[in-house]
Formats: sequence, C-alpha cells, structure tokens
Amino acid sequence: MGELLSMSGVGVSLPGLHRPVDVLKDVTLDVDPGEIVGIAGESGSGKSMTGRALLGLLPDGARVRGSIVFEGTDLAAGSGKAFRKVRGRRIAMVFQDSTAALHPMLTVGTQLTEHMRRHLGLGRRDANARAVQLMEQVRIPDPARALRSYPHQFSGGMRQRIAIAIALAAEPALLIADEPTTALDVTVQAGILRLFDRLVREMDLSIMFITHDLGVLAALANRTYVFYAGRVMETGPTEELLLRAQHPYTGALLSARPETADTGGEPVPLRPIPGQPATAASSPPGCPFHPRCPDRVAVCDQVTPPLVQVSATRVGTREAAHAAACHVHAPAAPVPVAVPAHREGAP
Amino acid sequence: MTAHRPGSAAPAEPGTGAERTSTSAPVHGTGTDDAAGGTTARPKRSGHGFLRYLVQRLLVTVGLLLGTTVIGFSLVQLAPGDPVAANLSDAALGNPAIVAAFEEKWGLDEPLPVQYVTYLGNLVQGDLGTSQRTGRPVLTELLDYVPATMEIAVPTLLISLVISIGLGLLSAIRNGGAADQTVRVFSLVGLSTPPFWLAILALYLFFFVLGVSPSGGRLSPQFSPPEPVTGLYTVDALLQGDVLLAWDAAQHAMLPILVLTLVTVATLTRFVRSALLEVLRKDYMLAARAKGLSSRVVLTKHLLRAGLLPILTIAGLTFASLLAGTVLVESIFSWPGLGSYAYESATALDRSAILGASLFIAAVYLGVNLVVDLLYGLADPRVRLT
Repeated sequence: MGELLSMSGVGVSLPGLHRPVDVLKDVTLDVDPGEIVGIAGESGSGKSMTGRALLGLLPDGARVRGSIVFEGTDLAAGSGKAFRKVRGRRIAMVFQDSTAALHPMLTVGTQLTEHMRRHLGLGRRDANARAVQLMEQVRIPDPARALRSYPHQFSGGMRQRIAIAIALAAEPALLIADEPTTALDVTVQAGILRLFDRLVREMDLSIMFITHDLGVLAALANRTYVFYAGRVMETGPTEELLLRAQHPYTGALLSARPETADTGGEPVPLRPIPGQPATAASSPPGCPFHPRCPDRVAVCDQVTPPLVQVSATRVGTREAAHAAACHVHAPAAPVPVAVPAHREGAP
Repeated sequence: MTAHRPGSAAPAEPGTGAERTSTSAPVHGTGTDDAAGGTTARPKRSGHGFLRYLVQRLLVTVGLLLGTTVIGFSLVQLAPGDPVAANLSDAALGNPAIVAAFEEKWGLDEPLPVQYVTYLGNLVQGDLGTSQRTGRPVLTELLDYVPATMEIAVPTLLISLVISIGLGLLSAIRNGGAADQTVRVFSLVGLSTPPFWLAILALYLFFFVLGVSPSGGRLSPQFSPPEPVTGLYTVDALLQGDVLLAWDAAQHAMLPILVLTLVTVATLTRFVRSALLEVLRKDYMLAARAKGLSSRVVLTKHLLRAGLLPILTIAGLTFASLLAGTVLVESIFSWPGLGSYAYESATALDRSAILGASLFIAAVYLGVNLVVDLLYGLADPRVRLT
C-alpha cells in the first residue's frame, strides 16, 4: 500500500531548564494519498509539534527520534537537508491565525508567487497566471485585484482562503492545517471546511487536519488520531472512533463538548474532564491519562499501555485499524498494531 | 496555543457578511459557488489614503511647531537672570540712559503678549531676531553653525546605521549565541561610556600619541574655508575641485565622527536587535520558512522589511539628537556646531539666539518625525488607513 507519510516511533524533545523535555513520545502515524487525517487533542498534547516536526521547523535545539518517511525518504535521517527539499514544495502548512501568518507589508501576489517561482521554476508571467487560478480555486473574488492588495484588506475568512492558496501554490502532496478554522466565526468556518473537502477531491492532495474540536473532524476526516500528552491515545476511522470510542479520554473529550448527542432539543449539561490536563512534559508514569480516568485499574500508573487494535474497517481502499492505548478497554491480548509496551522511567 | 488571538478579531469584520452569504450557497453547483456573494468582499479602497495621511501629518506638524514657539518663548521669560545684566558691562549698567536704550531696542518694556506677537510676526517673515551677544542676525549665525554639525552628524548616522543593522541582525538571528553575547557586551560598554571621555581618549590616542589626526577645529590654520554652497567644508571643497582642502576638512571631521559613531552604534544596535527579535517571533516568519524560501530571502525580504520601520523611527530621533545634543563632544574638538552655539547663547542669556536655536532644533525633530511618519505610510499599507 503506497503510503504518502509514515511516522514511526517518533519522539521529539526540546531543551528544558534542567534536562530535555519530551513533547512527542513514540508517535506512529500514517497518511495515504488523497486522505484527510484528523489530529485531535488539547493544548500541549503535541499535535502542533507533530506538524512542525514534519516540516523540520522545530524550535532550536529540538531532537527527533524515530523515522518520518515521506514519499519514500526518511526526512528525520541526516542533517535536515531532506526537510529543506520538501518544505513548502511537497509539504505545506496553513496556520491557525491568518492575520499573524501573512506578512502585513507584502502584497498577496508577492506572498503567493515568491515560493511558487522558486519551487516550480516559473517566470513572473506564468506565476501570475497560476496565482489567479489559485485565487479562483479558493474562491477569492476579483483575483487580479486581490493579488495587488495587502492581507489587512480582507476579512478573516478571506485571509484564511488566501493562506490556503499560498500553501497550495507549489503543488504540495501533503497539507498540514494547524487549527485553520479555530480563529474564525462558525459560519465562516463551515465554508473553509468545505473548501478543504473540495480541494482533496479536485487535487492530488492529502491533508493533516490538526484541531482541538472532534466535532469538526466528524464531517471531514477519513481517519483520526487522538493525542494526549504527546502520545497517540486512540486512532481509527473517524466515524467508528466517534461512535465507538474505546479510550476513556476520547469518551471524556466527546462528552465535554456542548450538544454531544441527539437529545431531541433537551439541553445536555457540559461535563468537563476533571483534573488538570497533562502535557507531554509533565505527564505521570504509566498511562498519562490515569489521574483523570474514571476507569483506571492498578496497572495504569505502572505501565504505559501500547496501541492495541480493537477492530478493522475498510476505509476506501485500505484496511483501517481502530486502536486504542488502554489497559482496560483495549487489553494487549490481540495483535499490537504499533509498538510493544515499554516502561517509562520513574521521574 | 490560544484559541482566539486579539489581533484577528477587529479587522475581520468587514468581510464576514460575504462569508455568511457564501456558506448558504451550495459548494459543488456550477455558477453558484461558495463565494458567489463575494462581490461585496472586494478589498477595501485605499486609493487616496496616502494623500489624506500626508495632509493630516502636515497639519499636525505645523500645530506642534506653533506650540513650540509658545513654550520656548515662555521658558525664556521664566529663566532667572536679567537680560540687561547679562549683556551689558558693569559700567554700562550704571548708566540709566544706556539701560533704557537697551530695553527699548529689544522691546523689553512691552507687555509679554505683545512681545510674543511681535516675535511671531517676525518669525513668519523668516526673521529670528538679532543676537544680543554678537549683534548678528540669529538666522545668519544658525546658517554658520548648522552645517558644521551636519558635517559630522550625517556621516555618523549613515555609518552607524550600516554597522548597527549588521550587528543587530547577527545578534538577533544568533540569539543567545556567542556572537550575540559579544555584540551585547560591546553595546553595553558603549552605552555606559561617557562620550566626552571617549572624545578625550580619542584625542589623546590619535593626536597626541599617534599624531595622525589634527587636534580640533574644522580646518588647519593654513587653509581658508571653501566658497559656501552646502556649508559642509568637505563637500564644498570637492565642488571647487580642491582635493587637499577636502582632505584636510575630512581629517578634522574624522575623530568627532568616530566618537559619535561608537556611541550611536551602541544604542542603535540594542534597538535593532530587539526590534528584529520581535519580528522573528511572529507567525509570518515561521510561515515564510514553511514555504521553503531560502534563509537569505526570509531574512532580507520578510524580516528586514518588517523590522526596518521601528529602526527608522529610532534612527530619526538619533539624528535629531546628534544635531542638538553633542555639546560636550563639540567643545572637546573645538567644533563650532549647533550644540556649542546653543550652549554659549544660554549662558549669555541671549534670548533671540536661545529661541532661534531651540526653535530650529524643535523644527528638526518635527521634520524628522514627519519624514519617518510618511515613510511609515509608504512602507506599511496598514498605517494609511488610520
């Protein structure tokens, strides 16, 4: 099966005050061509670090373990040269806040064509023609005029469309969208989500959609990974994962959302997850969720559970595993899909 | 990772209406697309924005200049000491006729508002009054002293800008590294060294020990000043083709420029460094790197473009303070500049000269600020809208 991206056993540590701090631990994740993969998690769960790790744009002093195989090349091996070859060209990124992510003093046209000309080797005229096409593709009215304008002259939603056009300019195979709709109105958000959906169908593109909102993924992502404290807690086809969540953390995330189920108009009280969210840096030994988990058993604070397959569903042309890292709901009896269990060193 | 940053809320308003209409339209239908209502989402007009901005800035500047005259005039009146006593000899002071004549000549017996209006009326016609100390028109004197200051201030500013942008850039992109530490230590030492001490040290080293530099003044005694065109001796000498004279003038200017440059670079570098560090933290810098641009393009096009504006502001203020506030350095190098003139006028309570010099310095500050504001408007499209 031709995977586009395959991360395996990826760990990232950043230099800390006294010793390196792990922000990603043992992440195994893959993306197929033409697929939208969702990554869900709270702040500090490592979901944004995953995106930055894929571009090789981690903060200074970061160390990466494991392998990041993209289009047959391990990007993490070597001195970062492999990252420079794909960055902006094969892997592109859309950021959460388009106001902050677009340069305020460069025209939209400049920001849209500068890397396109470099990566695709286009002349000024060809680049402009392609820029107009891209603006039409993301539904910006009056493209020629928009190219001469500055980012602040557009609304938030329009700006995010422009940022998407910029990311797509050099025909990437993988688009990392880091909370691209979080800063937008709900109505504007819907338009952007439909745009992503359409782009994947029109172009030869895969999207890694990073969000804290599982509900957004329901309509969009083929498969979803749920992150907590720098680890993958549960993964599977999105529908399967939402309807039959195995991991107590996924369940807690779902019931912490407003309007969780179809209750026929009855208001459902919000149920926040008790306790403080653990970050990868501050996670307890064993399962990082165990201090907040209603179902925990004795082993939970001792042994970190591996991802264990609970079922398999066909999604498109591939067999997609539903797996969870939980001693209680996904005990390690069947085939472990990812990595064997290993002990965390006690702090 | 904040869910909603403050900056994204306000400017998003105008177009959201269009986005709303868009969400109700079908996505895949032909013709009615998801931005079919987009005709209203055109970029806002900013055609005459710059002209309006220009007029607005000009009016503000004129108002401020007028305010300066009021404050300057009042302050001179408040200053302790009697202009009569300061300008007449003891013998003349004993003679009531001479004192009365002096008071009448300078309008000292009129009420203050009348004095001010007279002053303002003369000012509008370009008459800054006559120096009580020298008996020459203040304007003529300023035209002598200001070019001398320019001759060391302009090169100082240009050299300092080049050096401190280079060092600041190096320091910012190597934040925390060895180069950054070195630059910061150098900058701190420069900031905490008194300029007059540096001037004396430079004079000792280059004139007394090495003998490679003249001791002070603008020219050696065997030369006479060139025909005034710009008032800058080096430039004027070159204009009349006298290379030897130009070289002599340049040699005299070198030490003051060296001393002032060291001090200016120390201040500017710190500022450039922090301005660029602030830009480096922005998301759009990460976005530029994520686009796979070369680091040269990211640094020059994306970083410097955004960082240069605050640097421009401080450069303008630095220039103005170089014009006005280099009294000590000027006096050590016997440099007949604006600072010396203001100092001598103040100690003599030479009212027209004090007012003239302060007004000129205020005008320079305002003029530099105006230019910086206008450059802001040209460089940053967002400024024009306010």
